[in-house]
Amino acid sequence: MRYLRSFAGFWWDFIVGDDWRVAAGLALALGLTSVLTHKGVDAWWLLPLAVVVLLAGSLRRATRGAGDR
Amino acid sequence: MVEALTIVLGVGVVRGWRSPLIGVTAATVTLAVLVAALGPALQVVPIETLRLVVGALLLVFGLQWLRKAILRASGYVALHDEDEAFRRERDQAATASSERRAGLDWYAFTVAYKGVLLEGLEVVFIVISFGSAQGRLGLAAAGAAAALVLVTVAGLLVRGPLERVPENAIKFAVGLLLTSFGCFWGAEGAGISWPGDELSLLVLIGSLGLASYLLVRLLRRQRLELLASGAEA
Repeated sequence: MRYLRSFAGFWWDFIVGDDWRVAAGLALALGLTSVLTHKGVDAWWLLPLAVVVLLAGSLRRATRGAGDR
Repeated sequence: MVEALTIVLGVGVVRGWRSPLIGVTAATVTLAVLVAALGPALQVVPIETLRLVVGALLLVFGLQWLRKAILRASGYVALHDEDEAFRRERDQAATASSERRAGLDWYAFTVAYKGVLLEGLEVVFIVISFGSAQGRLGLAAAGAAAALVLVTVAGLLVRGPLERVPENAIKFAVGLLLTSFGCFWGAEGAGISWPGDELSLLVLIGSLGLASYLLVRLLRRQRLELLASGAEA
């Protein structure tokens, strides 16, 4: 069980990394792009916009602690 | 790869080269088996699904690299110091136990094996993602092999850690490329058609590069203001 947990933990760290919100936000943006496209909306702009917003948000969270110290 | 070289050098200098080099060979074989097994298996997946999955993974992975590179470039996180990492690895190797298994210095073997395997997994991930999404796995693997030879030869020539390699700039560029390709393939997999087709990839790289540059500038200024207000207090 311990090995299974550390194996899962390794892959979580390897793929998701320090900020799970980025991975969740990307999954949401990809899903939304797919839904909009299948409804006939040309949503090519959604994913690049989501990437920049998620990156900026993650950096904000990472650096916010420095201001509090 | 540079980090893996530093680990192997740190162990090899103190404990001899035989066991770490066997560790490096074993790890390289493991990684090659992974590429050989996963690459052809992915070719039976429909291209749209493959691009969606590969794009999503590249996006998550690329944003991790880009985020770390921006934090380092803006001064919030210290730059990776290969010289310091080499010294730390060498000191640990000098004090570690000298247990022998299967005729090998077990510490030297496992440290080299794990170091190369963990660092190499990132390379395998990139090779499989790019190779399978473009149907050119052999070419992607050859590129990775060329980079491996280059790093090994450079390490042998300088006989030390490659501390002068602009590591953060390289990670910045790789993060930018992984994220841009991830965005391009991920969105295509989700069903969109990019305006301008493949030319839009260049626009993506440029726009994301500009956004990252602006974020570095913004964070640098924010950090300097924090330092100044801390000095005044």
